[in-house]
Amino acid sequence: MLDLIWLLPTFPLLGFLILALAEGKLAKGPAGWIGAGSIGLSFAVAALVAVSFLQSGLESHTVPIWTWMSVAGFDPGVNLYLDGLALVMILVITGVGFLIHVYSTGYMADDPDFSRFFCYMNLFVFAMLLLVLGDNLLLLYLGWEGVGLCSYLLIGFWYDDPYNGYAARKAFVVTRVGDTAMAIGLFLLFAQLGTLNIQDMLHAAEAEWAVGSSLPAITALLLLGGAVGKSAQLPLQTWLPDAMAGPTPISALIHAATMVTAGVYLIARTHTLFELAPNVQLLVAWVGLITLLMAGFTAMTQNDIKRILAFSTVSQIGYMFLGLGVGAWSGAIFHLMTHAFFKALLFLGAGAVILSLHHEQDIFRMGAKRKQLPVGFLCFLIGGLALTAFPYTSGYFSKDEILIAALEVEGQGIWLWLGGVIGAFFTGIYTFRLFFVVFFGESRGHHDATEVKGLNIALPLFILMALSLFGGWIPVPLDAVFSHGAEHEEHHISAFMHGVMIALPLAGIAISYLFYGSGILSVEKLMSLPVSRALHRFWNSGWGMDRLYDFLFVNPFLYLARVNAKDIVDAFYDMLAALSRAGHLLIVRTQTGYLRWYALSMAAGLVALIAIGVLL
Amino acid sequence: MMGAIPVEHGLILAGILFSLGLIGVLTRRNIVFVLMSLEVMLNACGLAFIVAGSRWEQADGQIMFVLILTLAAAEVAVGLGLIIQMYRRFQTVDINVLSELKG
Repeated sequence: MLDLIWLLPTFPLLGFLILALAEGKLAKGPAGWIGAGSIGLSFAVAALVAVSFLQSGLESHTVPIWTWMSVAGFDPGVNLYLDGLALVMILVITGVGFLIHVYSTGYMADDPDFSRFFCYMNLFVFAMLLLVLGDNLLLLYLGWEGVGLCSYLLIGFWYDDPYNGYAARKAFVVTRVGDTAMAIGLFLLFAQLGTLNIQDMLHAAEAEWAVGSSLPAITALLLLGGAVGKSAQLPLQTWLPDAMAGPTPISALIHAATMVTAGVYLIARTHTLFELAPNVQLLVAWVGLITLLMAGFTAMTQNDIKRILAFSTVSQIGYMFLGLGVGAWSGAIFHLMTHAFFKALLFLGAGAVILSLHHEQDIFRMGAKRKQLPVGFLCFLIGGLALTAFPYTSGYFSKDEILIAALEVEGQGIWLWLGGVIGAFFTGIYTFRLFFVVFFGESRGHHDATEVKGLNIALPLFILMALSLFGGWIPVPLDAVFSHGAEHEEHHISAFMHGVMIALPLAGIAISYLFYGSGILSVEKLMSLPVSRALHRFWNSGWGMDRLYDFLFVNPFLYLARVNAKDIVDAFYDMLAALSRAGHLLIVRTQTGYLRWYALSMAAGLVALIAIGVLL
Repeated sequence: MMGAIPVEHGLILAGILFSLGLIGVLTRRNIVFVLMSLEVMLNACGLAFIVAGSRWEQADGQIMFVLILTLAAAEVAVGLGLIIQMYRRFQTVDINVLSELKG
């Protein structure tokens, strides 16, 4: 059964090829069936593979497909590698991906470019599966760039609006910064260890490099660069909120559930390197922590429903990085999985709300929608509870695992833990601020909203609700992958600490209720202070990061581009052109068009030649 | 026998004829005269062949002259045809008017 994993990327690839070659001439019915069906088939294969993988004793498994190229001993193969980590990833990608595809057949039903949408989506799933299944760095990088391309294409899906194109370019360019670092890291790994195969490479690194030496630190840093770019972490997080310009299912699939977690996957996959560089690993934790706090502050001040969720995604991926940084490898991957469930649910629920309200995204023009939009209400209730780690929802288990592991780090553990818990407190505030503003209070617009009908929209939502509630009990088979980690001991944590971890998110919910649910505390009164207004402005702009980057990079670049509009390098080539042009003007004078002139020149030339012949 | 005429005389005559023809080609603007001057040049060549053939008492010179004659006849046929076309299209036989192919 395990040899069947080559089918996994094949179905989405076929779906992509069919939809691409049909050039959008396919009717919506067949296009939807092909687009969603290919992912459904992939998911069926993934489920079969999962069953036989679990029965076969969690042994990792390599399936060679063909040799990509073979030049002078350099022969990277297109080989798929399956272990517990890859298994979790393919189940999330095909499972959540399938639900989102089904949802999209309803969400995008009125879009004229329906078939192009599914074409890109299938290509994305194909690239993402290659990324997590590839057994060598080359294949991983191919998938990595492939998902980046699809992200660009899908953010700019509605290209009529220049803003969407801008958002797509921004996402592409910002992630490119990280990708460049990552590419250099991969070159360095290949040059130093002489193999592209990830497992061989990790074993070689373990054997040849000492803990704390500089080479693993440099490569780990470079890989971290790629990871923060793709996963929208500090300092490259600015692209993700703008990426919400794409259709909402894209935000759910690419910018919440799968692609943005590729950085987490990358670090987990190469965790041996990070263990060899403890300082870099600690840096991962701090990057995650600072990002999750900054994004938490910003999420509290946003008004656009999708931007709130986007900042929340940045913040949750911060938790995953925190988990990776403190060595809770399986905790981070576990959180990746549960986050895929509840964030997909929240985004798809937001999509349903947005669609029902005729593409309204400002939460302060909604209000009191719980009666009109019961399904959306349920989505946000369950998704919100899971996101704030309400006890025994899926998010509770995964966040718990990460925070407890953070506490065990020597020295800085208590600070990492405290930051994480405060982040969870903010999570409670911003999630339920959104919830109360949209579904409670008085209606502030769109009074006649009716829920979008259709089983293909409702069914994925209900399945995701179940997964968000009970996903915490799904066992993840990761022990074999991270076997040399130190996380096998039972975690002991005082009841007080545990109580704080449960209570703070609930306190966040309570504060949201006081401000937005009941109106006991007034936002206006809070905002009347100048200092809170200034803070609100600062957080609302994402801590001024966009303005900082505009100041540091974008504007200088634009200035240089303006100054150098006539490219200096071009001057040399322009000179060549001018020279040959002058020569041409000189010689063209001899071409008078007079026949007698030509005859004379020929005769004169002949005479001259003969004269030379005679004289010499 | 023709040996009475020295070969130098024949060649000088051929050279003079050739130069006259060339001058005609270069100076005349009327294309009919250009064509006639060309004929003179061709015949000068033929004369040179005849003189040379008689000097070495070989038939090759005369064979070449026959070839040149044929060539000249064909050339005149084509040339006159072109001149008629030119006159029809441009209402002139002045070749300086036909200078459209200048750079």
